[in-house]
Amino acid sequence: MEVYLDNSATTKISDGARDIMLKVLYEDYGNPSSMHMMGVIAERYMKESAQQIADCLKVDPKEIIFTSGGTEANNLALIGTAMAYRRLGRHIITSRIEHPSVHQPLLFLEENDYRLDFIPVDKSGKIIKDKLYALIKEDTLIVSLMYVNNEIGTVQDIEEIAKEIKTIKNDIILHVDAVQAFGKYRIYPKRIGIDLLSISGHKIHGPKGIGALYVSDSIRLKPILFGGGHQRGLRSGTENVPAIAGLGQAVTELYRDFEQKNNRMYELKQIFIREISKLEGVIINGLPTECTEDFSLEHIKKTAPHIISVSFKGVRSEVLLHALEERGIYVSTGSACSSRHPKPSATLSAIGIPMDLMGSTLRISLSERTTKEEIDYTIEQIKDILPNLRRFTRR
Amino acid sequence: MFKAFLIKYAEIGLKGNNRYLFENALRDRIAGVLKPLGKYSVSKEQGRVFIECPKDYDYEETVEALQRVFGVSSICPVAVIDDSDWDTLTKGVGDYVDAMYPDKNITFKVMAKRADKNYHLTSPEICKEMGAYLLRRFSELKVDVHEPEVRITVEVRSKSYVYSIVIPGPGGMPVGTNGKAMLLLSGGIDSPVAGYMISKRGVSMAAVYFHAPPYTSERAKQKVVDLAKRISRYTGKMKLYVVNFTDIQLDIYEKCPHDELTIIMRRYMMRIAEKLAEEENCLGLITGESIGQVASQTMHSLASTNEVCSMPVYRPLVAFDKKDIVDIAKKIDTYDTSILPYEDCCTIFVAKHPVTKPNLKTIRNSERRLEESIDEMLDMAIKTAEVINID
Repeated sequence: MEVYLDNSATTKISDGARDIMLKVLYEDYGNPSSMHMMGVIAERYMKESAQQIADCLKVDPKEIIFTSGGTEANNLALIGTAMAYRRLGRHIITSRIEHPSVHQPLLFLEENDYRLDFIPVDKSGKIIKDKLYALIKEDTLIVSLMYVNNEIGTVQDIEEIAKEIKTIKNDIILHVDAVQAFGKYRIYPKRIGIDLLSISGHKIHGPKGIGALYVSDSIRLKPILFGGGHQRGLRSGTENVPAIAGLGQAVTELYRDFEQKNNRMYELKQIFIREISKLEGVIINGLPTECTEDFSLEHIKKTAPHIISVSFKGVRSEVLLHALEERGIYVSTGSACSSRHPKPSATLSAIGIPMDLMGSTLRISLSERTTKEEIDYTIEQIKDILPNLRRFTRR
Repeated sequence: MFKAFLIKYAEIGLKGNNRYLFENALRDRIAGVLKPLGKYSVSKEQGRVFIECPKDYDYEETVEALQRVFGVSSICPVAVIDDSDWDTLTKGVGDYVDAMYPDKNITFKVMAKRADKNYHLTSPEICKEMGAYLLRRFSELKVDVHEPEVRITVEVRSKSYVYSIVIPGPGGMPVGTNGKAMLLLSGGIDSPVAGYMISKRGVSMAAVYFHAPPYTSERAKQKVVDLAKRISRYTGKMKLYVVNFTDIQLDIYEKCPHDELTIIMRRYMMRIAEKLAEEENCLGLITGESIGQVASQTMHSLASTNEVCSMPVYRPLVAFDKKDIVDIAKKIDTYDTSILPYEDCCTIFVAKHPVTKPNLKTIRNSERRLEESIDEMLDMAIKTAEVINID
């Protein structure tokens, strides 16, 4: 049995997205900038895709910029606005559990005379909101927060936070990295008050190498890539039309049977957590602090439907990962970590996981296609492997 | 300006009646490394290998490839002068000097070799007359027979060759002229270097890697395959055996004293390697061990691992410091791959304080605890070994 439970790393492309990409690659391969018919046809795919994404977010297609993926969307959002508004303020607030594609560009800005503040998170990975509000100053320019954490599945109260920070200072620019949230939540940036929103294609059964940034029409942006002035000069470079078409298609499929798909993932998540937590020395990370032993759906639904983070005491996650791999189950470790160069994950450190559990943490991530049989099989295999691995640990 | 290379070899010259075997092996290896680069013609010619390059060949790339052929002592990019009559020859050599040294304010010396013994001038005469011709043609040139800045060598054969650049080759002997050995290849820095060094003496190579899934990953194995590919740039193609060692390792772990784990494990690795070596018609084993580098490489430990096989074990790094090994690893371009941080099977269960002076008797006693199952496990490991052909 082959069970792919690494959907937060990447997902399998949908048939619809694959088909439209093949058509663009083989038949409608024109450059959207060309003046002839082939160019017009290629441009149509882009317009259509932008429209599909805009419809989904309830925004204007002109507010969508295609990028090479989530990383570029985050870079463009942060560096682009920081550069555009450098005279207005130099203070940026973010959290301790952001993805490196947010964290690193912010460090770059810090080197260039911007000031950063990091909001701590509680044990479940939720940011301490009061700390955020207290940090807002006269010259606070940007607040950047992730919607769903990629390692432990914590969901931030973006709507509440957006409202509150804009009450404190109405011209704060709010950037939300929604790479893991898009498709799992209905996100309407205009209604909520999000100014910049990053999404990625390959996390939602679309292709790799494509993403998009929603930029509210009230926000100015400086480009970070310069060239032929594509996409209104904000992102030069011939557009990746096949991937753009694939992304649009994947987006239209996202919210089909939305509630039903999410509910199924939550049920599977609950089954998994309930069964696995019965085993000795197992800790589930990222659950709400009020969550009790019975792991009710009410509590689990406060976290993302697709991400589960589990620590197995006394087991090296890398070994467990390979043992599962031998049985056809693909998961990922909680943090990229080898015994020689332990690199603790920022998220796991921030939620206060002890050092010895860092290297014992797995991330299991579901998709709408994950079945009950697959989850049952995975539970069974973990139960089978654990005692053996614990028997042979480094003495 | 160079359309050809003359390759000189050193030690092959010493081999009496076998000489043609060595020369053929060298020619074939040279042809082998050049093949992916284009259509070169490689031929033996009276104590030299002569390479004619295709029109659009890349000089740097060609030299770099030739520097990986053991047996090559020097690489001389040559200008070919089609006719050896004196006027053509002098003009050709003069043109060569003119093109190579636009600034003629240099000291030089002419050296001559005459393969064509019927040529009307002797070698000393060629030197003298050619020197005179060059001095007439380029008045700034000066002769210095003791320490010239430029040595212009003229080899007179059916065609004539002139060169003044001599690039050192790696030396050694052509691979395949000295039998075959089995290299114990881990993912570390030392074993690839050990393989390289023995191969330099003309030994062709097979390799064995011990894999311990799920404790070691697919990437750790890929790393070893990558290392084998790097080495094969020097050694030519080789077979890599990947032996699944997990069960044996766990059995040792359960039944033997923990501080002896590494030593006992290495003894079984040697046993398996020797069996595979016999199947491959190898004449010895090669390891990257170096005295005292780690607990399992003290004199006592080496004696203990050495005891289990009757085949000679070649340890070319035995007296090397780590730094010197690293230097070679960097030179042969295995270092960057070797330091990738994947766990190999020697490190997963390693004890905090392994024995450094294992007593042979004690170790043999400990191994007795495995008696029941070990033979079957060894057979299984050998039978199920995966073979990867590295080209």
